[in-house]
Amino acid sequence: MTAASPALAGPHQQFETQIRWRSIEFVFWLATLLPFVVTPDYLVLASQIAVTALFALSLDLILGYAGIVSLGHAAFFGFGAYTAGLISKWGWGEPLTGLVISGIAAGLLGYLMSFVIARFRHLALIMITLGFGLLLLEAANSASWLTGGADGLQGVKMWPLLGLFRFDLYGVTAYWYALIVLFVFFLMARRLINSPFGLALRGIRENAVRMRAIGAESRPHIRKIYTLSAVMAGVAGAVLTQTTETVSLGVLDFQRSADILVILILGGTGRLYGGLIGAIIYMIARDWFSGVNPQYWYFPIGVLLIAVVLFLPNGILGGVAQLINTGRGQRWFGWATSPPTWMSSWMRGPRP
Amino acid sequence: MMTSVLGVLFDGFAYGMLLFLLSVGLSVTLGMMNFVNLAHCTFGMIGGYVTVTLMNAAGWPFLATLPVAFVAAAVISVVFERTMFRRLYRSSDLDQCLLTIGLVFVSVAVAAYVYGTIQQPVSLPNYLRGSVHVGGLTLGVYRIFLIVFALVVTGALVAALEFTRFGAQVRAAVDNQRMARGLGINVDSAFAVTFALGSGLAGLGGALAIDIVGLDPSFALAYLVYVLIVVAVGGLGSIGGTFAAAMLLGISDMAGKYYFPAIGSFLIYLVMLSLLMWRPAGIFGRRT
Repeated sequence: MTAASPALAGPHQQFETQIRWRSIEFVFWLATLLPFVVTPDYLVLASQIAVTALFALSLDLILGYAGIVSLGHAAFFGFGAYTAGLISKWGWGEPLTGLVISGIAAGLLGYLMSFVIARFRHLALIMITLGFGLLLLEAANSASWLTGGADGLQGVKMWPLLGLFRFDLYGVTAYWYALIVLFVFFLMARRLINSPFGLALRGIRENAVRMRAIGAESRPHIRKIYTLSAVMAGVAGAVLTQTTETVSLGVLDFQRSADILVILILGGTGRLYGGLIGAIIYMIARDWFSGVNPQYWYFPIGVLLIAVVLFLPNGILGGVAQLINTGRGQRWFGWATSPPTWMSSWMRGPRP
Repeated sequence: MMTSVLGVLFDGFAYGMLLFLLSVGLSVTLGMMNFVNLAHCTFGMIGGYVTVTLMNAAGWPFLATLPVAFVAAAVISVVFERTMFRRLYRSSDLDQCLLTIGLVFVSVAVAAYVYGTIQQPVSLPNYLRGSVHVGGLTLGVYRIFLIVFALVVTGALVAALEFTRFGAQVRAAVDNQRMARGLGINVDSAFAVTFALGSGLAGLGGALAIDIVGLDPSFALAYLVYVLIVVAVGGLGSIGGTFAAAMLLGISDMAGKYYFPAIGSFLIYLVMLSLLMWRPAGIFGRRT
């Protein structure tokens, strides 16, 4: 991202340059307040976008920074959602403590799972995350005495936030709540990835074998980031439960895992803001098309996915960054030295 | 009790045969090029829709549509392979997953647009309907046909891989792609042919599956999970492993649904996860 004069500056200065807030970031976060003024009728949608953005951010931590592919991340989202719903159903409707408990519960599950995740890569990893997600979905479906099964969890009632703000029909409290939770976790994620720990993660993503060779064991790092990511996904699920006061099996669906992956890839991985931008575009587009048959909705998403993989390897944000750089007369990202793989293969045909 | 066990075994065996036809192509192509093709079931769906269209719109007999389903799926898959997939052989797993799942999404939407979201009807010829009674057991004629048909296909496949020059090239490419290239084997063209054959088999599986599991646009996604389980558990590039895994999955899925309907597919996923943790490369796989 910020290519800070790396040759001369010491490591501390480099971190400081990376961590400094840029003006575009201030603009972005101020713009998130716009829905209160401009589109007050769409605050419920806005709060769902914030939830989705937090979920995408949690996936970005493991996929974009540590390079762990997950096809079952909805497991933690759903686990947090059901935990928050059950706490409220059992008579404790206080939102903030419910949020903390759900985050911890999802984090514990993530911690247990991380021991498995850290051992596998490639196809086995994809299959294990997929299987784990499906396993949890089937478990929630079967345990209908606890979760309500296919009918969803009934009787979720939230108390007013801080004892003052009731969750209203228009979603004013809901959006404030979701936005603040998103912002707090964004700050944590931003601090985390601009630390030596974040640097180590990127090293694992680029070359796990070499990281071990230089003495940085990768598995403890993977376990830590995976647990943190699970906490964040669980919190996102809990916010969804608390703001909508319903939980259904859809929170654990494979579709949700696939959607969040699509959102993150569309926005751009490994950029923090990629998931946020992707969530905004995806959710608004889906709201527009909500009248049509849901199966037709797959068409533009599928075409977008294919296009992103073939033409925009770094997502929308990566494409924008490239455009800005060419506009300034600079060369594209590493373009002069190594053109993107898809481009070279497109021009020369498949490599031998 | 005994007859019900045998009946479940028989149904599970037939179902496993179906899964084997659907997944064997993916197993071999994954083993050869390490290309994670999540769109494999899309080719199965194409085969299914070709059969349905030919039977209902053109009035073809069921058996005559099967070769067409095979050829159509094979030809369409080669078009995709030439234009899109081959650009990503050296890309990351994630890119391959995303491109092919994008293709699945598009195919689901197109199928829903053209055929609607309803289950497609198929009317089998009389000689494939009904059932026969063998010593207290009631066996569906269509399932017997399915088992025999799949066994013949499997036999032909194994023979082709073991005893022909082309089969030897494919086995060499699965074992060690670089070495095979070094020996002058044209791995790319061998792969294209294998890919077409595998997708054609999936198309055949999709056509044969209509009477057992039905056909609607979600087929490409719903059976993807089963096919991936079979491939991952069986081990990449191993026909025997794929066969064993398909039988295991088919029989245990049938038994689970018959004896423990309350927990649904929970057992299947649990068994798959434990197997993968125990042997990440699959039961008969040699590498991940």
